[in-house]
Amino acid sequence: MNVLKSFLQITWKSTSGRISLIIFGLCFVLAIVGPHIAPYGPNERCYDVNEKLLRLASPSWDHWLGTTVLGRDILSQMLWGARTAMLVGLLTALGTVVIGLNFGLIAGYFGGRIDAILMRITDILLGLPFLPFIIVLLSLTDRNIWTIILAMMFVMWRSTARIVRAEVMSLRQRQFIAAARTTGASDSDILYREIAPNIMPLAVTSITFALAWAIITEASIGFLGFGDPDVVSWGSILYDAYASQMMYRAPWWVFPPGIAIMILVTSVYFIGRAYEEVINPRLQERM
Amino acid sequence: MSTFWFRRLWQAVLTLFTMLTLMFFLFRMLPGDPTATVISPALYPKAQEILRMQFGLDKPLWEQYFVYVKNLSVLDFGLSFHTGRPVADEIGSRLLNTVLLVFPSLITAYALGSIVGAIVGWSRGSKTETILVFLSTALQSAPVFWLSMLSILYFSIQLDLFPIGHIVSPGKFPDENWRMYFSADFLHHLALPFLVNTLYQFCFPFLLMRSSILATIGEDYVELARMKGLSERAILYRHAMRNSLLPLATTLPMTLGWAVAGSVVIETVFSWPGLGLLMVEAVGRSDYPVVQAAFLLIAVLTVAGTLIADLLYTLLDPRIVNE
Repeated sequence: MNVLKSFLQITWKSTSGRISLIIFGLCFVLAIVGPHIAPYGPNERCYDVNEKLLRLASPSWDHWLGTTVLGRDILSQMLWGARTAMLVGLLTALGTVVIGLNFGLIAGYFGGRIDAILMRITDILLGLPFLPFIIVLLSLTDRNIWTIILAMMFVMWRSTARIVRAEVMSLRQRQFIAAARTTGASDSDILYREIAPNIMPLAVTSITFALAWAIITEASIGFLGFGDPDVVSWGSILYDAYASQMMYRAPWWVFPPGIAIMILVTSVYFIGRAYEEVINPRLQERM
Repeated sequence: MSTFWFRRLWQAVLTLFTMLTLMFFLFRMLPGDPTATVISPALYPKAQEILRMQFGLDKPLWEQYFVYVKNLSVLDFGLSFHTGRPVADEIGSRLLNTVLLVFPSLITAYALGSIVGAIVGWSRGSKTETILVFLSTALQSAPVFWLSMLSILYFSIQLDLFPIGHIVSPGKFPDENWRMYFSADFLHHLALPFLVNTLYQFCFPFLLMRSSILATIGEDYVELARMKGLSERAILYRHAMRNSLLPLATTLPMTLGWAVAGSVVIETVFSWPGLGLLMVEAVGRSDYPVVQAAFLLIAVLTVAGTLIADLLYTLLDPRIVNE
């Protein structure tokens, strides 16, 4: 909680950070209340007054963003999709950084054989084609949002681990670590009480990158048709639009999901950058 | 020095070998009968058995693995379960299609990105800088498949300037030989995915170059060049930019491997018959030999890219010493 509070305080200091936090906050609120304020269900078919299915209806007062080829209300789908994007994004980012942070700490601190093994694992994960491998993992199990989150975490922690490891290796040489050791602190004390707090800024920036990347990846999985078949996501809306081959007749179907992803991810990138600029004086000097 | 490179090479080989072993067993856990399309259940049981023997599927898993490694050592990737053709043939043309799409656009993007990034970074605080940084961040945040869909909607459907997909017009080159790649029709099909990919890939080198240039602004050698009375232009191109190219030059080789893997979504939208699309199709069909070979190929590209990046680093910046 303290980390979150100081993160918000730091980011709030810059104008772009403030604007991005507000935008992200709005998306977050929409993700929570979205499904409750959505006028229709995500897969509900809408009919006009004559009980005729509303296929590809252009935006109107009843359907602000129009309807799909199956008569589904796009605004409602967008609101349900916001929850999916936020849930998958946040959990994946958090999990990725927790795993990566721990592996990076252990590899960087202990070095030697442990380090060698962990680094070879990250080498393998870095060599694998990212999206196709996630699709392989998803093919091995049931496809639902939890397995999507797990599959993404399984692959994505490698980058965080590497960045954290490099930082730990340089921190390990510092005076305060030697001082802690002379007081008889155990390895886990040194790792989690002395080194980890110094890694926090790095971990926070990693979370923002992981979040941005997770939201885009989730959309890509959905777009390729490997998403959770029971859950609407912004990627799956685009998949439906593409697969129906009707997108040229209904541009209103194509625009909203992409714009939403763009706004959300841009705000995440700018939050990360604003935080980095404040926390890293060298960057600030340059700006 | 040479022991360092020897060790790096050895690590790379070890990584690749571990990976292909893990992949071999992982892919065999994929659900569904992969041979269903080649070995039709309608065949006589006896015939099915013979076909199974031809694919080596009658042997225990560990024996299959040794055969696989042995064949791999002479670059024999086996037969596709889906088409029954050699995997090398299946993958070769697909890889070429992906490379033709991805590499030129990536190199264009890096060249453009580094020049624009340098100029923009040099005039820091300008309005153009703020706008370009915002635009490229927003562009980077958009899913590339969505940008592709928009470009099709506008350029292909609205303006009718480009075809909506495929590598050449259907039926124009029935035997898909090399002639296809030298036709105007091919370039016409390539243009739109090339433009979208270049625009999308532009963001990363642009932002990297800009921050890299910003870091050089206060450096002593820049001040010295200024004191010598060199024009701002000369300082930027001859001094600042050369030094700032380092991080870019070292990320490019690694990016090439990833770009091949990352092409899957753009290939899907444009129905471009490349390696990315093939991988996703092959996973869906549990066609292990194809998936394994494609994964291995990309891993080799990435691992080689990392090695080249390290090598470039030591060549370009002699201050870096590898212990």
